[in-house]
Amino acid sequence: MDPIISIKRIVKVYPNGVVANKGVSVDIEPTTIHAIVGENGAGKTTLMKILFGIEEAQEGEIFIRGKKVHFKSPIDAIKMGIGMVHQQLMLAEDLTVCENLTLGIEPRMFGVFLNKNKAFEIADAYSKKFGIDVPLNKKVKDLPIGVKQRVEILKALLRNVDVLILDEPTSVLTPQETEVFFKTLFSLRDNGKTIIFISHKLKEVKAIADKITIMRDGKVVITEDAKDVSEHEIARLMVGREITFEHLPKNENVGTVIFEVQNLSYKNDGNVEVLKNISFAIRSGEILAIAGVDGNGQTELVEILTGLKKATSGNVLLDGKSILGLSPREIREKNVSHIPEDRMKNGVADKAKIKENLISDRYYKEGFSKGERLDWNYIDKISSGLIKKFNILALSGDTTVNALSGGNIQKVVVARELSLSPRVIIADQPIRGIDVGSEELVHSLLKDARDNGSAVLLVSADLDEILKLATHIIVIYDGEIVVRFDSIDNITGQDLGPYMLGIKREA
Amino acid sequence: MEKFILKYFNLMRTIIVILIGAVISIFIIFLVSKNALGSLKYLFLGPFLSTSRMGNILEFATPILFCGIAIAIPFQASQFNVGAEGAFFFSAAIGTAFALSVKLPGFVYVILTILVAGIVGALWGFVPGFLKAKWKVNMVVSTLMLNYIAYFIGLYIINYHFRDKSAGYLASYWLPQSDWLKQFIPGTRVHVGVFIAIACAFVAYYFLYHTKLGYEIRMTGFNFHFARYSGIDVFKVIVLSSMIGGFFAGLGGISEVMGIHRRFLWQISPGYGWDGVVVAIIGRNNPLLIIFASLFLAYLRIGGHVLNLLSDIPFEMVIVIESIIILLITAEAFLETMKYRITVKESERKEALDESAS
Repeated sequence: MDPIISIKRIVKVYPNGVVANKGVSVDIEPTTIHAIVGENGAGKTTLMKILFGIEEAQEGEIFIRGKKVHFKSPIDAIKMGIGMVHQQLMLAEDLTVCENLTLGIEPRMFGVFLNKNKAFEIADAYSKKFGIDVPLNKKVKDLPIGVKQRVEILKALLRNVDVLILDEPTSVLTPQETEVFFKTLFSLRDNGKTIIFISHKLKEVKAIADKITIMRDGKVVITEDAKDVSEHEIARLMVGREITFEHLPKNENVGTVIFEVQNLSYKNDGNVEVLKNISFAIRSGEILAIAGVDGNGQTELVEILTGLKKATSGNVLLDGKSILGLSPREIREKNVSHIPEDRMKNGVADKAKIKENLISDRYYKEGFSKGERLDWNYIDKISSGLIKKFNILALSGDTTVNALSGGNIQKVVVARELSLSPRVIIADQPIRGIDVGSEELVHSLLKDARDNGSAVLLVSADLDEILKLATHIIVIYDGEIVVRFDSIDNITGQDLGPYMLGIKREA
Repeated sequence: MEKFILKYFNLMRTIIVILIGAVISIFIIFLVSKNALGSLKYLFLGPFLSTSRMGNILEFATPILFCGIAIAIPFQASQFNVGAEGAFFFSAAIGTAFALSVKLPGFVYVILTILVAGIVGALWGFVPGFLKAKWKVNMVVSTLMLNYIAYFIGLYIINYHFRDKSAGYLASYWLPQSDWLKQFIPGTRVHVGVFIAIACAFVAYYFLYHTKLGYEIRMTGFNFHFARYSGIDVFKVIVLSSMIGGFFAGLGGISEVMGIHRRFLWQISPGYGWDGVVVAIIGRNNPLLIIFASLFLAYLRIGGHVLNLLSDIPFEMVIVIESIIILLITAEAFLETMKYRITVKESERKEALDESAS
């Protein structure tokens, strides 16, 4: 079969000097589900952004149905029948589903007025045709994330695209939602659409793809029929070496409770109860994982525990003493460290040097400064040591953080947060958006900290991460703890899913 | 070569921008002047053709340098405090009032007058800093408004309480001679204040890059959320950066009074605070670079005056050049494509090296 899309020798360099694609060539056949897999940072998303006209490549060509194209913007791509659903959904939250679907292609009366009935008819017709069920009259902000994603897909279909690019679509879905989602994809393929599916989750890829392209380090390693490669082989080709998936060995050395949260509640500025009566305790040598779909109060919980937000009621105890309401500095002084959810917002000052980022919690301490003066010699020495120890790929501590890759930026954060032997570690999505190598490093550091007697609070939406690291698991939904698992033996992602979705809750 | 360009990209960009400003002004002068070559000579060489004009450059650069530092420190904290103008004027007025109200022995008199003006500037800077830190009052707005308040209170104090009625125009009494900053180049009004200003630039540089508070200011400026998350007291940073800026503006105000005029004689605000914004931008908020930016701006202005006096081109020509330079320097994307292209080349070369190594 002739390929519908043919990508030839694409080279892409970002303004910060990162070479994201190093001569990538892929052919996509029509009416197939073609998975593009690779670690974070392998260049999958960049390649798709080029195909969709968001980024421009320095070299290479793209052919669509045999015709050479040069997209300047996504509008050009949509005209050629290519649609994309981004990792971060791009919907107008305050509009209804129907309004979102017809945004920019609204049917009009007399060329001026919106024809709402017609819009509804069109949206409804497409929804029925592709079997994608969405509540047309509800506002997008009131929908669960899985439904929002269906809206995004339908939005692309309404623009009559033949090729649909999906960037890590399942990263926000629970196992149950994922199953429904896959059924949708199969029916789209059977209706003549071509789907390009970006993922780094092997099981999924094996489950739905017809063809698989594996990328590593900006290059295509191989393109194969999905049935001809095993999960194990994909993993090996993706990472470039053998890897093992297993749970951490248990820590036999569990001590007493050192960190405790009691009946914590929080109301936001809009008087919405974001956290309701949260209680848990962590012993020294344990990792307590909070599982949950993003946006169920985890962010606020972490911000309260680290002094960035004020709780409405409840208490937080460290070694039996309340630390609620202390400033971030005072909490850090008690040896509580924080790996933040959004590293670019909180974790680093990206235009500052690596060494300046490494000392932001300790510059005022003995050695780093004498009186009011900073001792740069000492700081240089310490930061070179940290750069080496935490394997941060940079020429020196004088490199600015924005010249680093995502994984290395996270290593800067982790190097700072885990190098002062913290008693309590609050790790919020510590491996989000980083490569497998960095991921392994972060996890082994958390394990070491646990074995050395730290109490670790792990907040994650990644079930594999939780099942790998956790001693105990609690699931949070809509600001409430809906279930607690004291032991993680025999627990799978399927068991957690219904709780994360709010379908099930412990009596 | 590429590496060199990337490393010194900002410096090169500034130089290219200045050259573009110069080329455009040459073009305009050729369009409008009857004696274009003569006019060009006045504009570019004029400032160097006599001792008094070279002296003028230094005289003029001094208050601009003080104000440039005053602007740079809050700017480094990403606080857009444009209150140097007000702090300059207000501190000069209060400093003058102080000097005329006390009698002290020589050296102590000078030091104390300067310090009082600096402290008044710092207290003046406290107001917008506190308003921002406490109630998130937009600092551009508050400092702009406070500039007016400073202006009118300053005028009131001088005109109603320290006015020399024998002067024939609105001015304060003369400061006692023991409270003057010495002018030390005969034929010019260049005074000791120029050394104080340069010393202040070095102190401010050291402060920003080598002290704890300076570090806190810069980190807050880079990323406010990061600073707060790291445990830096951002409230303190906002208030203090604004106060320290005010302090340097205050020194600038009183140094003008003690070194040049020897009495307070401004009836309109002299505008050095705005020149301070200009040099802070050209010098990218680095106090050491601001020394050069101040000299450059003073040189341009003096060239403009010479041009105005001796040719058929008006002073406004210089304002045109200045505006072009500021526009291009603040246009962040200017020359970015060039930088991008060089980056691409450099990365591809590195990639090829890695490839052949492995």
